[in-house]
Amino acid sequence: MQAENALGRVGLWFGVMLLSIGAIVAAKDSGFAAHATIIGVVAFLLMCFSAARFDPTSNARSFFKMPEGPTRYDDDPVRWGVIATLFWGIAGMLAGVVIALQMAFPQLNIEPYLNFGRLRPLHTSAVIFAFGGNALIATSYYIVQRTCRTQLAFPSLARFVFWGYQLFIVLAATGYLLGITQSKEYAEPEWYVDLWLTVVWLAYLAVFIGTIVRRREPHIYVANWFFLAFIITVAMLHVVNNLAMPVSLLGAKSYSAFAGVQDALTQWWYGHNAVGFFLTAGFLAMMYYFVPKQAERPVYSYRLSIIHFWSLIFLYIWAGPHHLHYTALPDWAQTLGMVFSIMLWMPSWGGMINGLMTLNGAWDKIRTDPIIRMMVMALAFYGMSTFEGPMMSIKAVNSLSHYTDWTIGHVHSGALGWNGLITFACMYYLVPRLWKRERMYSLRMINWHFWLATIGIVFYAASMWVAGIMQGLMWREYGTDGYLLWSFADTVSAMFPMYVMRAVGGLMYLSGALIMTYNVWMTLAGKLREEKSMTETPYDADADRPIPATVPAE
Amino acid sequence: MYETLRHFADSYGLAVMVVLYLALAAWPFRPGAREHNQSAANSIFKDDNDGE
Repeated sequence: MQAENALGRVGLWFGVMLLSIGAIVAAKDSGFAAHATIIGVVAFLLMCFSAARFDPTSNARSFFKMPEGPTRYDDDPVRWGVIATLFWGIAGMLAGVVIALQMAFPQLNIEPYLNFGRLRPLHTSAVIFAFGGNALIATSYYIVQRTCRTQLAFPSLARFVFWGYQLFIVLAATGYLLGITQSKEYAEPEWYVDLWLTVVWLAYLAVFIGTIVRRREPHIYVANWFFLAFIITVAMLHVVNNLAMPVSLLGAKSYSAFAGVQDALTQWWYGHNAVGFFLTAGFLAMMYYFVPKQAERPVYSYRLSIIHFWSLIFLYIWAGPHHLHYTALPDWAQTLGMVFSIMLWMPSWGGMINGLMTLNGAWDKIRTDPIIRMMVMALAFYGMSTFEGPMMSIKAVNSLSHYTDWTIGHVHSGALGWNGLITFACMYYLVPRLWKRERMYSLRMINWHFWLATIGIVFYAASMWVAGIMQGLMWREYGTDGYLLWSFADTVSAMFPMYVMRAVGGLMYLSGALIMTYNVWMTLAGKLREEKSMTETPYDADADRPIPATVPAE
Repeated sequence: MYETLRHFADSYGLAVMVVLYLALAAWPFRPGAREHNQSAANSIFKDDNDGE
């Protein structure tokens, strides 16, 4: 039976390899052939592994490290997810620093594979979907098991989700460099990669719901609500926005099912809710579990967390049209998008207050615990960027801010400040627990990471505010004769110093992440750094005594 | 078709969603929910050894 199974697996991978060789030969374009080659190589490697690992006494269990028994949580996919988060994080941030430098020094555009147009989607997808996505998969697997007090349902499907998602990332990233894109922001991969992601995502949904269904805890903790909303909504957004007709089943090119302003509105319904449900709901789920755990006290108000949840769900989905102010989109739709964006102020700030007030009575931890410090800064940036966003969605403000670098600054205060810092904090929480270490290798390095990241964000956001507002004002400045004063190139050269400052900020943020990688590496190696503790306990025995009653004078 | 859907959306559709939202947001404030909320908020601390 074992032998038949192993032979069957080798045969399956051999079949996939033959199919991809066929696809390489018949491909209509070189990009599709390159992707078929990647699939062929993966199938070949899996075939070799299946054959080499064949051992009549063992089974698939050892191959993908299946869970040992029902008394242990299934944490191997979480460990892989943590490592993948760090790896893709460094890759994505490095791409970000490179394109920031390309903006300042255009000579760095290396044609054709490494020019700005191809590296920019590589950067956005790597940090959002590869870094953020792996963090979400890892933490959701960790949290759903702990809060449901049960193992992951469908362990093999859970492993398929992890590895299938990595394949999606590789196909998307290589596609961008080869020039394969459907030109939809944050949804650049072409139809066949979209189909693959749909399969992986539905498997993810099955694992998550399956685990909740077999829970041993009567109540479903609020973090799981946020994760579930994230998974379901992203599935819906991804499928609808990527409806397209391929030109050929053996070619990369496809055409969208929508045209004109309908296509634009569908795209920004997707794009803004990718922010709302991928980068907000999913990361709030992390916040609602890890902040109380690290602070060792329950969330400030469970009721508020439920209101936060439903308000986010009911309001976010309508905010997308604010990306299309002053376009062909009907005016009422623009106003609707603006009004719903402004209404989002309240639940966002409710959530921020809920997270921050969880520390009520334990504020001293900010001084002594660098992980809490990172979480507090993440929540502060969540508050700041959810204040700035609704403000920028107001039409009058948007007429100045839109198409300028102010938008880029806003996005990064959310992405670096909120998503980045909360992810780092959760990784610092997870690593010692997942690898059974006493603590992280160095707490002081976490502190260094915190300050490098924070100052890096300040450099980034401040320079982009100046650059964006200056750019917006220059674009609209009229002379007395009624002509525009500045050409586009004038604004570009005026922004040079701000572009350099932005690259410096990004470099600082990347250096923080490199320190984290070293810290995690040493923790995994089982080392503990000898260092001065983060806080002293000053004590003066002489001062710490009551004043004795003085003897009154006779 | 567009007109029908549009008028449905800004009348009955809107009303249903507002009522549904208010009901869901008010649900944790129902009488007797306080204890339930507290035990839910504390449920993540039951496994203090992190379940290993």
